[in-house]
Amino acid sequence: MTTPDELGDLAERAREADAVYCERLRVCTAASCLSSGGAAVEAALAAEIAARGLGERCQVKPVGCLGLCSQGPIVAVETLAGEGRAEHLVPRMQPDEAAAVVERMAAELPPERSIAADIPFFSRQQRIVTANCGRIDPNRIEDALAVGGYEALLHALHEMTPAEVLDEVHRSGLRGRGGAGYPTGLKWRTVAKAAGAQKYVICNADEGDPGAYMDRSVLESDPHRVIEGMAIGAYAVGASEGYVYVRAEYQLAIERLKAAIRQADRLGLLGSAMGGTSFRFHVEVRIGAGAYVCGEETALLASIEGGRGTPRPRPPYPAETGLFGMPTLINNVETWANVPPIVRRGGEWFASIGTERSKGTKVFALAGKVVNNGLVEVPMGTPLREMIFELGGGIPDGAAFKAVQTGGPSGGCIPAEHLDAPVDYETLTQLGSIMGSGGMIVMDEHDCMVDVAKFFMGFCRDESCGKCVPCRVGTVELHHLLEALARGSASERDLALLEELCDLVRHTSLCGLGQSAPNPVLSTLRYFRDEYRAHLAGRCPAGVCAASARSEAAQ
Amino acid sequence: MPHVPTPPAPSADKRWKLVTTSLRRQGNAPHALIEGMHAVQQAFGHLEPASLRYLAAALGVPLSKAYGVATFYHHFVLEPPGAHTCVVCLGTACHLKGGPAILSAVERAHRVKAGQTTAGGELSLLVARCIGVCSLAPAVVLDGDIQGPCTPAQVLERLAPCFEEPEGSPR
Repeated sequence: MTTPDELGDLAERAREADAVYCERLRVCTAASCLSSGGAAVEAALAAEIAARGLGERCQVKPVGCLGLCSQGPIVAVETLAGEGRAEHLVPRMQPDEAAAVVERMAAELPPERSIAADIPFFSRQQRIVTANCGRIDPNRIEDALAVGGYEALLHALHEMTPAEVLDEVHRSGLRGRGGAGYPTGLKWRTVAKAAGAQKYVICNADEGDPGAYMDRSVLESDPHRVIEGMAIGAYAVGASEGYVYVRAEYQLAIERLKAAIRQADRLGLLGSAMGGTSFRFHVEVRIGAGAYVCGEETALLASIEGGRGTPRPRPPYPAETGLFGMPTLINNVETWANVPPIVRRGGEWFASIGTERSKGTKVFALAGKVVNNGLVEVPMGTPLREMIFELGGGIPDGAAFKAVQTGGPSGGCIPAEHLDAPVDYETLTQLGSIMGSGGMIVMDEHDCMVDVAKFFMGFCRDESCGKCVPCRVGTVELHHLLEALARGSASERDLALLEELCDLVRHTSLCGLGQSAPNPVLSTLRYFRDEYRAHLAGRCPAGVCAASARSEAAQ
Repeated sequence: MPHVPTPPAPSADKRWKLVTTSLRRQGNAPHALIEGMHAVQQAFGHLEPASLRYLAAALGVPLSKAYGVATFYHHFVLEPPGAHTCVVCLGTACHLKGGPAILSAVERAHRVKAGQTTAGGELSLLVARCIGVCSLAPAVVLDGDIQGPCTPAQVLERLAPCFEEPEGSPR
């Protein structure tokens, strides 16, 4: 059992332990940097520090995501500078550079190669969800405590009633970060009001949109934040059991999450008599098994119950009839991660960030044809142009921008003419896309929009669970039509049929997967109809599809 | 609660102990089916008919449901995997940056289709719809090790040792 005073002591001790080091080398050990050799870099730096006997003044700390994933493995060199600390980021660090990096650090010189810390990629961000990512060691709860972890939870348990927590979340204006943007406070209140002997809270970490990896990164970098958010939610709605549903592909996230739950349990920050109160909350991890549709909340529930992950009609919503028939609060990883700061700093503070109807920040995974690939967290309402050309650094190899895809297979492609649109829920929907979970894939002149539409439709066809006919059959037929277009063998009639079928699948499918599956086709038809027409004439303007090979052969 | 007598494990193989422990932790409840399948696949590499029959009996669910679940999820495999696995990511970023070319190069070079294992059992070729390391696109996962960005030639070169033992590479 940890009381608020004891938590304060633990946090103070952790901060003191950190403060003894004059220098710190933070090595990114999130999945992307690990794949490019992060662990070897960490080992080389640790060996170098030990060999030079610098172990008492310099710490080598494995941390989570430092953000600029395309430059991995990244090392942050942190040194004393006057009253504060200076920081330099070394990109693509190799183990054999360890000696040089340590030598220059010891000589109080900046590293030979470094990324300026004031480039827009970093300076334009506002970090709430990812505030601790890349700063703390995700495997040590002490590190989380040192930066205020679990303070909000104990504050809520000791100083606030569940109703006050609900009010605070409601006031923040937070909306679901999984894609649909449902007001979080409203959802919480519905679950709190629902009658049930047992209630559940669930964290949806079945991040399946191709091109989106924000949730993986948060779980790998700061798992305690998510657990704390869930515990606060459980207290607010009166739940005592929780599940985190993580996709099986995210092995590292699963390991770190499980370790974090064990550590929090041991300190009495989870389990029974939490934080010295009578409140109890128990969390378990459930591992998905490779079904995209399980990101849909009713399919996710079916999967936790041990069955095929097929959705069911709503209402009843999970808030009333959810897991095992009980009231269930389901939020996405990023939504949960926003909760502790809201409780700590107040709903009004959160509502002061962002736009009128989209509050707070949003984490995006910038990928595709953009110079800076990585994770960025920006205030809602940031224009697309700023994200792609300032934070993202523009399009590589001097190519021209063509479109940006948001929202994965449920979203759409936004063309250059709308680059000044602010990123918020309503604007993206008006543009024929959606906010989605945060994937942002940039496409250049060499990418074919028909091919992109075909790619997403192929994805939806493969991932359709087969329960309802419009989605099961419709996605197959739509994919056939797009294949015919790509081959250059489609007719005007096929194009009309494509649009008609999109309309049908959209309006008659059972769940979000089918209802939104036509979006990539509809949005590319809306903005790039010329490209479709070119394919009818047997030509692929970008030179991607077989259609272009055919017309070349004919010449 | 009706008592379901726990059936004996299908064989004396010690790995079953891992499975029974996992089931017991969930109170042998029907909702432990997927967790049980994860445990079996982790221990044995795939789900064979005897394993499915055992899980169904131990958790008191119909065999048809166990089979339905095992075939619904992409992660579960009913055939033994090859000695090595190569997963080609075909997420959006990898699709745009050349994942399909890697896939077709491996398919051609080793006469295997996505989702299949080579005739000699050397390699299982799989595709993934985004493994979440888009900054390394196009990425592949060789025996659990994420690599990227890769060219088709690099992937073929790294796969060559998988085929070196008895007869040499079929290339």
